[in-house]
Amino acid sequence: MGKLIKVGMADLNVCTTPDALTTLGLGSCVGIVLYDSLKKTAGMVHVMLPDSTKIKNNENTAKFADTGIDALIDKMVSIGASKSRLIAKIAGGAQMFAFSSNNDMLRIGERNTEASKLKLKSLGIRIIAEDTGLDYGRTIEFYPETGELHVKSVGKPLKVM
Amino acid sequence: MSNINLDNIDSMQVDVLKEIGNIGAGNATTALSTMVNGKVDMNVPKVALLEFKDLPDTVGGAENIVVGILITLEGEINGMMMFMMEQKSAYRLVNILLGKPPEDESFTEMELSALKEIGNIIAGAYLSSLSTLTGIRIDASVPYMSIDMAGAILSVPAIEFGKVGDKALIIETQFSKDDSDVNGYFILIPSLESYGVILSSLGL
Repeated sequence: MGKLIKVGMADLNVCTTPDALTTLGLGSCVGIVLYDSLKKTAGMVHVMLPDSTKIKNNENTAKFADTGIDALIDKMVSIGASKSRLIAKIAGGAQMFAFSSNNDMLRIGERNTEASKLKLKSLGIRIIAEDTGLDYGRTIEFYPETGELHVKSVGKPLKVM
Repeated sequence: MSNINLDNIDSMQVDVLKEIGNIGAGNATTALSTMVNGKVDMNVPKVALLEFKDLPDTVGGAENIVVGILITLEGEINGMMMFMMEQKSAYRLVNILLGKPPEDESFTEMELSALKEIGNIIAGAYLSSLSTLTGIRIDASVPYMSIDMAGAILSVPAIEFGKVGDKALIIETQFSKDDSDVNGYFILIPSLESYGVILSSLGL
């Protein structure tokens, strides 16, 4: 059994089997997992915002869907993954509070999910599993050995995708 | 107007922000003790500049299940006020207030809405004392409630901070009832510009 490596909010990391990756308590943020099944190498990024170009302070690339996915791919390639083999699994993007007003800030989960999908599509990376939206938090764990993404939520059965 | 440089807050500014936490949380704690008809203690507030990944550790870890009551602030200052209680504490509080057996660990729809109202009153006590102290008008939204992992709940204010920086400045106060079966946190998260407004209002 390898290590379970933690990825924080606005953070990213990579690993190779037998290690695994996890991010705890995803709310409106989106967790994106990239996987090279041949090398059994995986990467995970926990993005908070959809678009780095709309934000002045954007040095932390892992914070945004657009730059975070690029940075993750670079890091994976540097440990031997092949960009052309990557597939993706994504989770998160919830709306944690049932806001009544139409404030843009409140649709952030949905926008994070959309932006992540668009970015992956533009890179030609296929999303083979997705658990996004709704109104609850998720903890995810990814095991490169099996390619399984485990999604845990409060009061719900474990979901394996 | 006084400005806050997140990476270089002076000790005077920290002291003033702590005092704001003290006064706000003090009033909120008093409201809470009145409701439960018992003594509620609070800790010295913490003013912390935290990286996003460390934020959930202030409330017991990302997977700690909490009840979060969120009020958004508009007007002269913007930001959010969050009242957070561990789920177990929320059960105890509702049981005390509604005279239920202490071991009951469930919420009916009505109890959920009572809990939201309790959160509203407590957060309101915090904000109104802050408003009185500073002379700043604070328009608060209706309360929004979520019961979930602390990390997921805190992602909402964290994202707002994420738009302007890589860290969040929070004023956090922990409270607990004498027999420690009810405890939780008040967290005030003004927007960056609002810190300037608050500090100027107090002559800094």
